Amino acid sequence: MNLFHFIDAFFSDSAHWHGYDGIPTRLAEHLGYTLEALGLAVLIGLPVGLVTGHYGRGGNALSLIATAWRALPTFGLLVLLTLLYGFGLINVMVPLVVLAVPPILVTTYEAMRSVDPSPVDAARGMGMSEAGVLFQVELPAALPLVLSGIRSGAIQIVSTATIAAYVGLGGLGRFIIDGLYQRDYEKVVGGATLVAGMALATLAVFWAVGRVAVSAGVRRSG
Amino acid sequence: MTGLDSPERPVPPGPKAGNSCQTRRVFGVLIRIDSVTKRYPDGTVAVDRLSLEIPDRSITVLVGPSGCGKTTTLRMINRMIEPSEGTILIDGQDSRQQPVNTLRRSMGYVIQNAGLFQHRTIVDNIATVPRLLGWKKDKARERARELMDRVGLDASLAKRYPYQLSGGQQQRVGVARALAADPPVLLMDEPFSAVDPVVRKGLQDELLRIQAELGKTIVFVTHDIDEAVKLGTMVAVLRTGGKLAQFAPPAELLSHPADEFVEDFLGADRGVRRLSFFPSTGLELTMAPVVTAGGGTEGASVDAEFLLVTDADGRPLGWTKPEDLATDGQLLPYGRPFVVGTDSLRAALDCAVLSPTGWAVAVDADGKVTGVVSQQTIAQAIRGAHDEGRTDADAKVTG
Repeated sequence: MNLFHFIDAFFSDSAHWHGYDGIPTRLAEHLGYTLEALGLAVLIGLPVGLVTGHYGRGGNALSLIATAWRALPTFGLLVLLTLLYGFGLINVMVPLVVLAVPPILVTTYEAMRSVDPSPVDAARGMGMSEAGVLFQVELPAALPLVLSGIRSGAIQIVSTATIAAYVGLGGLGRFIIDGLYQRDYEKVVGGATLVAGMALATLAVFWAVGRVAVSAGVRRSG
Repeated sequence: MTGLDSPERPVPPGPKAGNSCQTRRVFGVLIRIDSVTKRYPDGTVAVDRLSLEIPDRSITVLVGPSGCGKTTTLRMINRMIEPSEGTILIDGQDSRQQPVNTLRRSMGYVIQNAGLFQHRTIVDNIATVPRLLGWKKDKARERARELMDRVGLDASLAKRYPYQLSGGQQQRVGVARALAADPPVLLMDEPFSAVDPVVRKGLQDELLRIQAELGKTIVFVTHDIDEAVKLGTMVAVLRTGGKLAQFAPPAELLSHPADEFVEDFLGADRGVRRLSFFPSTGLELTMAPVVTAGGGTEGASVDAEFLLVTDADGRPLGWTKPEDLATDGQLLPYGRPFVVGTDSLRAALDCAVLSPTGWAVAVDADGKVTGVVSQQTIAQAIRGAHDEGRTDADAKVTG
């Protein structure tokens, strides 16, 4: 029995493709958790990163907070929240958001700081408003790096969202945890393969977004 | 909605940058810098009670060593830096009277390395200020294409991105972008200092040509005195600490530096450099030692040490000794000829110094020889020109 054997057995079993414990359901659940957590993390990290990066202030405080946040153990946070507030989706969202905010925030800040200052100076000198400078000059130039920050946040969420299964929720973590419990290694490997596949798909999505959103002039010169 | 219209609706007459004029021309306006000081919170004084009257429709160059406050002065004109004291009047109006972005949109701004937006095509880079002023996209792009033509950029570059252009081309785009909304004032902060000397010369010539066509008020910052002398109608030399050392036309600067600092800054060869302001028109040329190839020596003075051989059309071929003329031997190179009328005494002297025979070759606009002139004759002309220049300058001082 090798790894590929497990994978093959898992995916060829038609029972795994139907019902509330089927692959499509679990994938959809996992995708749902990921999108929600990523959305929240972007909503928090991106504006703060953009504004602090634009004004160049608060960089030190920012990296301190980000480091502290990173040190929070995701699993521990999940258990703590569950103990305090009982079972619920919010207890899964908080650790996932906490996990993804630091890479998004810090990378966005760094991306904004590393924008060539001379187009920014030229834009101000031509009478562009501060918002114009931020969104029309700095952000387009910083976009590849900003996207890479969101991408690493997304990948971390995809792989960590398996913890939802520990507190009775769905997602691809179900296969892994149930499989371990039932000593059904076929299921464990199958679930892990799906998580890895989804992480790769996330990479592909970000590559595609980059192709569309980043100007050819920035892509080629950077 | 009409009740919410801005109160400044009636536009006052005068040379204002309009947004609907392809035919109306916006000329430069006068800028008066009135005892302006820039002091930073740490006590550093970048500019110290500077007063300058920057004439309209001309190029005024601010020049000086690093730390003399020339860039600070320039950036105070469009309020990228706010003066600590004093006022700056643009066309008689205090620069603080209008919103800062309105002020900046009425002034072209060109910086070192051009500062182009990498994510925008060339045509969209140039259309930036018209778009800020609310022009429609199509109209702004059409205007941008006109400007590409004006600054000597090929229309095929319109859809390219900045990274696809050379440094010199990028700087042309920078100039076009600054001119796009037809502003009366152009502020240029060391725009050509990052390109190689050959490209720089091309850009300088182009700027002079554009200025002759457009008649803007250009304030130009450089640390290169040669550039200042070449481009400036007026040159302001600033000394460290932001004080004005001298404000004069370049010829006067070279002939009458105000003090030792200015003299040092102008460099050791200011005498030779000053010759660029004297035309070569008055030089006494001679056709005596000029012969046509294959035409024998008739008409040429045989006692000359060297003879200049030309082809049948009168274009120079090279120098030869009279006795070698018949033998069809190797000709000595004639160096670079100077063009009578266009080139200065400096160019003529340079030609004579570089020529192996000590004689400079003068040609007309078509490259045909109009005569030759010796170093001695040029030296006499220089002495004459200096005397003339002295009387001129003295008259300026006393008058």
